[in-house]
Amino acid sequence: MEGMSIIVKKVTQLLCGIIFLYGIYIISHGHLTPGGGFAGGAIIAGSFILLILAFGSDALNLKKEVIESSITESIAILIVILIALAGFFFGIKVFFANYLPRGIVGELISAGAIPLYNIFIGLEVASAILTIFLALVIFKEESQT
Amino acid sequence: MNNLLPIFVAVPLITGFLVMILGKFIRNLHKYFTSISMLLLLILSVYAFINLGDQTLVYVVGGWKPVSNFPIAIYLVLDGFSVILLCIISLIGFIAAFYSISYISRYTAENHYYALFCLMVAGMNGVVLSGDLFNIFVFLELSVMASYALVAFGIGKEELEASFKYQVLGGLASFLILLAVSLIYWKTKTLNIADIREVLKAGYSKTFYIFIQILLLSGFGLKAAIVPFHAWLPDAHSSAPSPISAMLSGVLIKAAGIYVIIRLFFNMFEISEEIAIVITTLGTISMVLGVLLAIGHWDIKRLLAYHSISQMGYVILSLGIGMILISRGKSPGIAALAIGGGLFHLINHAVFKGLLFLNAGSIEYTIGTRNLKEMGGLSAFMPFTSSSSFVASMSISGVPPFNGFFSKLIIIIAAVEAKFYFLGFLAVFASIITLASFLKFQRYAFSNSSRNNKHAGISEVPFPMILSMVLLGFLCIALSVLAFPGIRDLVLGPAINILIHIDAYSSIISGM
Amino acid sequence: MTVFLLCFILFLVGLYGVFTRRNLIKIVISLSIMEFSIFLMLILIGYIDNGIAPIVTPGDLNPIYVDPLPQAMVLTAIVIGLATTSMLMAIAIRLYRKYKTFDIREIKSLRG
Repeated sequence: MEGMSIIVKKVTQLLCGIIFLYGIYIISHGHLTPGGGFAGGAIIAGSFILLILAFGSDALNLKKEVIESSITESIAILIVILIALAGFFFGIKVFFANYLPRGIVGELISAGAIPLYNIFIGLEVASAILTIFLALVIFKEESQT
Repeated sequence: MNNLLPIFVAVPLITGFLVMILGKFIRNLHKYFTSISMLLLLILSVYAFINLGDQTLVYVVGGWKPVSNFPIAIYLVLDGFSVILLCIISLIGFIAAFYSISYISRYTAENHYYALFCLMVAGMNGVVLSGDLFNIFVFLELSVMASYALVAFGIGKEELEASFKYQVLGGLASFLILLAVSLIYWKTKTLNIADIREVLKAGYSKTFYIFIQILLLSGFGLKAAIVPFHAWLPDAHSSAPSPISAMLSGVLIKAAGIYVIIRLFFNMFEISEEIAIVITTLGTISMVLGVLLAIGHWDIKRLLAYHSISQMGYVILSLGIGMILISRGKSPGIAALAIGGGLFHLINHAVFKGLLFLNAGSIEYTIGTRNLKEMGGLSAFMPFTSSSSFVASMSISGVPPFNGFFSKLIIIIAAVEAKFYFLGFLAVFASIITLASFLKFQRYAFSNSSRNNKHAGISEVPFPMILSMVLLGFLCIALSVLAFPGIRDLVLGPAINILIHIDAYSSIISGM
Repeated sequence: MTVFLLCFILFLVGLYGVFTRRNLIKIVISLSIMEFSIFLMLILIGYIDNGIAPIVTPGDLNPIYVDPLPQAMVLTAIVIGLATTSMLMAIAIRLYRKYKTFDIREIKSLRG
């Protein structure tokens, strides 16, 4: 799959970093403003997909990319389950307990373990959507040659 | 023992994702790791079954206490009825995972198969254990999504078409269920099953709730393949790889379809006589139409899939009889007998239908075809397959002393004692036609040694497949001991108590 | 009440699309219309008169919030809908590769 014209390439080079940063903002402020893990993860995946669409899949090594994003997704969700299971040992000893200190309402570092959940769920959703997109691109590449 | 409940959901999830990572680096790890974790789940569920007795365990996820008597947390509930289904899921899951060790070696992308398998088991465990409506929907979607991918696993023309049809109808069912859940939330402002029971006691408008009940019955009926929603089942169950067919037909249509119907209609809504009559009619039509549609098919797995529809019709028929009797308010003894027979047939069907699908897989593994007209005289070369297939065929047809006979007998006795003579006659009629179908299967596949001599060089299937089939065959014979009233009360008694005594479920939650 | 009835009519439009369209992609789009109508209905159920968005800001007011539980349900259901749609599209692409057509009347190798 070839890339797009030079205007699209230049604008994408300028914009993809800003979109990525916006996604990180939505994830990390998930306990203060609307958003959270799912929405932020989708935005981060959007920035990567924009790069692939603008520069074409010839610029990448697709097999390596899809293996890396698949492993990232599995590791991220294992860490989420491990944080949830750690509730058995700390705090009030229940599954999914909120065992880190709460803090003051409205600060960035507050609300216990919820920002940790947001970060890893965001990582998981981003790599999952990227894996789906890369799998479809690989299928199209293989059937065209 | 309360802390055991989230483990049932967490262990398959962790196994599935670990298999995805480590399967690329360490060879052959995924097969044994999956089997070991399924064995662990089996041991835990049998332990829970033995230690449970008559109590109901409630686990509050996150530890959120009720606010002014309003339950706000996600509850995981284990009572006598859930633990039976948990045991069935773990048992058939372990045997199918062990069978897959040698069967799946002829496909590529094996670690994806085991990861999807573990996700399916995790989803089913979540449906069986959860105590509120939206959690049931989420775990239902998880398990069903994994099964869509598993049906299309060998990417041929038929598998893809069957998977697409299955997905469209399954998605339709899920959205009907979500619509019903949102309508229930609108009227009662809560999602907890026991709490909805409490709110409904204070009065409700009947026509609106009959609309919601019809939506729920359509949605879960599509998942459980009740006639008229059965169109996806023959294609999906015959195109899937054989251990997945055993899991789908043996556990998924029960845990994701019939279990939720029973849980919602017995423990959440007030049992109304009109809905009970509708359920009984649908069960009877499934029972008869399933066997009649199976006549004349020469593909083994399609035959078995149509018989799944019919046997599920037996279970729904007996539960419908129990519902009618409870709603009329008299003869609770016969209602208990009917519900007990239905649950016993549920357990039996998981065992013998799983065994039949594994047998069909063994035949396909050695010969390479599923057409009955091209087989013949296999009993000389495959002794384990043919003997376990004989046991399973006699069980499903209701021949003594195997387990199918006793469960069908209890259902027919309950129907006759409740004065539904026509339903009893139809049950016997369907059983006779089932016997005819399976005698045809036995004759064409195993006994007819003079027809085809081209299968002369084949040998028995590898060891893991033999062991799984022999284990299920033993269970077919061993489960007939549940027919005796003493043992049946011990095993099925707590389940029947939860379903019959109207407020036994909701009082546990509101008493916290 | 009228908004709920309109959401239900949108659901019926999607249902009609699933049953009568022949193209595979149009069936997938009709399923998406059905699911979006249910999300809309869920969020409208949670509306309370004169309520504001359920975000806690530090301060001393006690405002009336709209119900946040349907919003959480819709977030989860959107992710489930994403998985459903992507699964359907993957199978549809493979079906096109095998059968060379998107017409559902041609894809009939299984019968009975």
